[in-house]
Amino acid sequence: MMVQLIIEQLLNGLQFGLMLFLLAAGLTLVFGIMDMINLSHGSLYMGGAYLGAAATQASGSFLVGLLTALAGMALIGLLLEATLLRRLYQRDHLSQVLATFALILIANELVRMIWGPQPLMLNAPEILSGPVDLLGISYPSYRLLIIAVGLAVAGLLYWLVGHTRAGMWVRAGASNREMAEALGIDVRKLFTGIFALGAALCALAGMLLGPLLAVQVGMGENILILAFVVIVIGGIGSIRGALVGSLLVGMVDTLGRALLPSVLRIFASPDIAAHVGPALASVLIYLLMAAVLFWRPTGLFPART
Amino acid sequence: MTPLLTIRNLKRHFGGLWATRDVSLEIQRGEIHALIGPNGAGKTTLIHLISGGLFPDEGQLLFDGRDVTKKTMHDRVALGIARSFQITQIFPKIAALENVRLAVQAQQRDWGSSLRMWRPASADFLMIEEAEDWLGRVGLAEHAGTHAADLSHGEQRALELAMTLATRPRLLLLDEPLAGMGPEESERMTQLIASLRGEQTVLLVEHDMDMVFRVADRISVLVAGHITATGTPEAIRVDPAVKRAYLGEDIA
Amino acid sequence: MRTYRSLGELSLLSLAIALPWLLQALGEDYYIGFATRLLIYALAATSLNFVVGYGGMVAFGHAAFFGGGAYLVALLMTGGLISAWASWPLTMFIVALLAWAIGAISLRTRGVYFIMITLAFAQMIYYSVISLKIAGGDDGLPIDQRSNLFPFDLANDNVLYWLALGLLALSLLLLKRLSHSRYGHALAGIRQNETRMEALGYPVQQLKLVCFVIGAALAALAGALLVNQNGMAGPGQLYWTQSGMLLVMVILGGVGQRYGGVLGAFVLLGLEEVLAQVTEHNHLYIGLILLAVVLYAPRGLAGLFCKSR
Repeated sequence: MMVQLIIEQLLNGLQFGLMLFLLAAGLTLVFGIMDMINLSHGSLYMGGAYLGAAATQASGSFLVGLLTALAGMALIGLLLEATLLRRLYQRDHLSQVLATFALILIANELVRMIWGPQPLMLNAPEILSGPVDLLGISYPSYRLLIIAVGLAVAGLLYWLVGHTRAGMWVRAGASNREMAEALGIDVRKLFTGIFALGAALCALAGMLLGPLLAVQVGMGENILILAFVVIVIGGIGSIRGALVGSLLVGMVDTLGRALLPSVLRIFASPDIAAHVGPALASVLIYLLMAAVLFWRPTGLFPART
Repeated sequence: MTPLLTIRNLKRHFGGLWATRDVSLEIQRGEIHALIGPNGAGKTTLIHLISGGLFPDEGQLLFDGRDVTKKTMHDRVALGIARSFQITQIFPKIAALENVRLAVQAQQRDWGSSLRMWRPASADFLMIEEAEDWLGRVGLAEHAGTHAADLSHGEQRALELAMTLATRPRLLLLDEPLAGMGPEESERMTQLIASLRGEQTVLLVEHDMDMVFRVADRISVLVAGHITATGTPEAIRVDPAVKRAYLGEDIA
Repeated sequence: MRTYRSLGELSLLSLAIALPWLLQALGEDYYIGFATRLLIYALAATSLNFVVGYGGMVAFGHAAFFGGGAYLVALLMTGGLISAWASWPLTMFIVALLAWAIGAISLRTRGVYFIMITLAFAQMIYYSVISLKIAGGDDGLPIDQRSNLFPFDLANDNVLYWLALGLLALSLLLLKRLSHSRYGHALAGIRQNETRMEALGYPVQQLKLVCFVIGAALAALAGALLVNQNGMAGPGQLYWTQSGMLLVMVILGGVGQRYGGVLGAFVLLGLEEVLAQVTEHNHLYIGLILLAVVLYAPRGLAGLFCKSR
C-alpha cells in the first residue's frame, strides 16, 4: 500500500515537475539571454488556459482548444515582444519588474472583462477521463498523457537547444550576449522567436493543467513564483538547469505534501502533525532554494561565463 | 630585517588549470619589485591572491611577519596592502575629489563601533584637504570637481592610483598601470611611479619592458605559474634562461 | 533654492498636520483612516527604498519585516504586553535580529539571486506563521484594542494619524541625515563599485547588512502602526504580493529618491481608491498608468520633479 502510494506520488511529482518545466524553460531563456525579468510570464500561462478553455467549450474539441491556445498565445507573445518588451531589454531590472507587474494587472483585468470573474470549466478529453492500470496501481490516464507530452517537449527542447543552429545561437546568447552579436547573430529576431516559443509553452502548460487546477484569474501569479524558484535553483539561462530544477521542485513539493504529515506522525502528536505538516511541506521548496543558493550562489548549472 | 611580504609555496588552480603552481617570493621593504612574464603566466592571479581577491588552495602569505593567508581583502587593506586593477575601478558618477575622499575616509575604519560614521561627510575639512593633496600628487588638482566618468582614460588611471595611495598602503600592488595608455600618458604614469621610489614598497605587474627596466629595483619572472628568476634588472636582462623563456629577441 | 524647498516641505507638513480637522469639518471622517493607511504604507515603502535605493539591494521579501512587525505586536498584545513603549521597540529589535540573520545569508548572493533568496526567506516565514495556531492560521490575528502609548490615546483615530505622520517625518529626516553622512557616502560608493570599495578597505558586506537591518526595523515600525490601524495582522501582509506591492511603490515613486517611497505609496493607493469609485476595472487603468511611468518617466515620479537627492 505504502509503495503504491509512493509510486503514485512520484508520478504526480514528475507530472507537476514537467509542467513547471514548460513554464520555466521560456522564463529562463528570456531571463538568461535578454537579461529580462518577466513577471508577466504567468499571465501568458493564464491566457493560454482561458483561450484554450473557451475554444474547447465553443468547438467541443479539446484538440481544437489546445491548438487555439498554442497559436493564440504565440501570436500574443510575438506582438507583446515586438511592441513593448523589446523596449525594456536595455532597462534595469527594477523597471522591468514595474512594467511586467503592470502587465499582470492589465492581463488579469482583461480576462475578467472578457470571461467574467467566475472560473472557467475545462474538462479532459472524454477518452482520457478514466484511469489506467499501471504496474498494479490505477493511475488517471489524463495525468499520464501530461507526463508523456511533458517528456516529449523536454526532449524536443533539448534537441532544439543542443543540436540545431538556432539552439547554438540561444546557447551563445545565454552565455555571452555581446559575443553572440559579434558573431553576426540577428539577436532581435532570435529574441522575438524565443519569446513566442516561451509563450506557446506557457499556453501548453495552462491548457494541460486546466482540467486539473481551476482556470481562474490569479492562477498565473501562484505558479510564476514556483517557476522563478525553479530557474534560480537550476541556474538562470540553462535549459538543463530548468529541467533539473523543475523535477526537483515538482518532486519535493508533491512528495512533501503527501508524505510529510504521515512522517511527522511518527515523531509528534497527530494534532501537531496535521498542523505543521502542510506548512512544512510548503516551506520545503523555499528551503531547497535557499540551501542551493547558499552553497551554489548562482544555481546548479550557471549558464553565464 | 624581515621582508615586508613573504610568499611561501602559494598554489591556486581553476578547474584543472594551475594558475599559480608553486610561487615563493619575498618583497623587501622600500623596493619597487616588478613581476613580468608572458600572457597567461598567472601574474594577475598572483596579485589577486596577495590582495585577497582570491584565496590560495595551498601556501602561506606573511605580511610583516603576520600570517594574512585567510584575511579578507578589506582586512588586508587595513593592514596596509592596497591595489589597483587592470581594468580601472573608480566611482564614475561622483567627482574626482569625492572618489579620493572616500579612500581617505576608509582609512579611519570607524564603521559600526563609533558614531563618527554617521556624521556629515562634507563637514570634515581635514579629510577633504588630504584628498586634495593626493589629487595634486598625481597631477589631477584642477580636475577635483570633474565627474570621474568625464576624465580621460589616463586621468582615470591616475585617479585610481591616488585613491590607492590615499589608503596609505605599506605595500602597493599595481596591476598593469600602463594598460591602454598612449605614449604621453604612459610617460607621465611612469614618472609618477618612479617618484614613489624609496618611500613606498611596490609590487608591479607590467608588460611595458622599457617602463619595468626604468623603475624596478628588482624583477621576478613568472612563467606558467612558476617564478623562474628573480634579480636586479641588469641580472635579469642577461639571464639566458629568462631570455629563452620569455624575453625573446626584443630585449637583447 | 534650499530654503524654498524646506519652506515647501514645512507647508506640506503643516497641511498634513491640519488634515484630520479639515476632514472632520467636511464630514469626511472616513478618510482619516485612509490617510493613516497612506502614511503607514509610505513609511513601509520608504524603509524599502532605503534598502533598494540607498543600499543597492533589490530585496523582494520586505513583507516579512512589515507584516512580521504587525504580527509581533499582535502576538505580544495577546500575551498581555499592551504598552507601545515596550512592545514596539521590542518588535523592531526582534525583526532587526531576524533581518540580520536573513541578510547575512542572502548577501552571499547577488543580483537576481539576491532577489530570489530574500523572497524565499519571506515565503518561509509566511508559511510558518500561517501554520502557527497562536498566530490565528489563515484567519490572521485580531487585536481587541490598540497599543497603549500613554499619555497619547491611540484609540483616537486622529492621534494614530498624527503618530504615523510623525514617525514618517522622523524617518525621512533620518534618511536625509544618513545620505549626507559618511555612512551614506560609503553606501553611494558601494552602489557604484563594490570591488573598489572593498579594495579601499571598506567591509562592504557588513555595511550593506547594516542598511538591510535598518530598513527592516523601520518596516517593522510601519507594521506596528498597520496592526493598530487594521485591528488585525493578516497572512496577506506577509505574502509575496505584499513585497511586490512595496517594491512597485518604490519604483513608481523613484528608487533612491528621498520622497520616492512616499510618492509611490500615495499615488498607487490613491489611484486604487479613486479609480475604484469610478470603475470596477480599476486595475486595468492602474496597469496602464504604471506602464506609462516606466516608458516615459524612467526615474520614477520623484525623478520628474527633482534632479537628484
